Amino acid sequence: MSPKNKKDNGDIITRIIVVNSENVLPSDVSMKIYHSKADVTVKESCFGIMVKGSRRSVEKVVDEVVSMDPNHIFVKDRGFSPGDERRCRAVRGGGPRPGFHFLREEINILPFISKGLEAYEKGLPSPKGFKEKNKLKASKLKELIESE
Amino acid sequence: MNLNECELRPLAKVMIYPTTSLILSDLVRRFGHRPLVMMEQVREKINTVGIDSPPLNITPREPKLGLKYAAVEVPSGVRGRMALVGPLIEEAEAAIIVNEPDIAFGCMGCARTNELTKYLIRQKDIPLLEVNYPQNEDEGREFVSKIADFLKSLPQNGDSENAEEDGQ
Repeated sequence: MSPKNKKDNGDIITRIIVVNSENVLPSDVSMKIYHSKADVTVKESCFGIMVKGSRRSVEKVVDEVVSMDPNHIFVKDRGFSPGDERRCRAVRGGGPRPGFHFLREEINILPFISKGLEAYEKGLPSPKGFKEKNKLKASKLKELIESE
Repeated sequence: MNLNECELRPLAKVMIYPTTSLILSDLVRRFGHRPLVMMEQVREKINTVGIDSPPLNITPREPKLGLKYAAVEVPSGVRGRMALVGPLIEEAEAAIIVNEPDIAFGCMGCARTNELTKYLIRQKDIPLLEVNYPQNEDEGREFVSKIADFLKSLPQNGDSENAEEDGQ
């Protein structure tokens, strides 16, 4: 990675804004971005919005959008631009794009994260007792089989 | 780092695993640090003129670069991925690992690369937090709280001397 590109705030980036809010719709986010008159490209999708533009413009827009509902709007980077032929479903003959499955899986967890952020903001103590995911013991499996 | 960037993103570089995670990259950014993510590497790769050969993203060059992290007997897919992940691990000043995520597709879809990535992160002498993805509301609160506390405890700019002086 060339240090020049990485440090340059004028480089072109894409961010995915995932909206998981009861009060804000992806279309509201689009309108907010259009009203901001920022020099960015916006693409609405089923989970939210993709924004492409210079780093400075995108970060400004993203900050404005997140402020609409901070605990329910989430942001991540995206490597490919919206509509890039290597990822765009229209060109690849349909089907989910690579990486979408993982995004969808994480979107299912977002309500828990939102609750966590709200509780943290209010300073509520977090409950303890994260249960470790353990592999099923062979003896337990045998017990289950024999109980049938 | 120039002054402008200091104003924009001044804090520690945090490696996340899964390296494409929406939740982790958002939380790291939300609590004021810079997430080191695979997407940045991919963007850099596909936007750099002359080394790409669409529709393939990984060219014969990457498995050679990956030799720095894995032996030649290791499959070229692992080495190719490590050419992208390895520099992130080198750059990391802290790390958050989610253990055994249920799903890891796309750039994350190689179990051996994932094992090697976690191994290299753990070998590095940096602050590390290991958590599990939450399955309910209570776990969600604990998940966020642990990550927030961890990120707030990190020294700014990875400069531990300054942090000690500030009493952090």
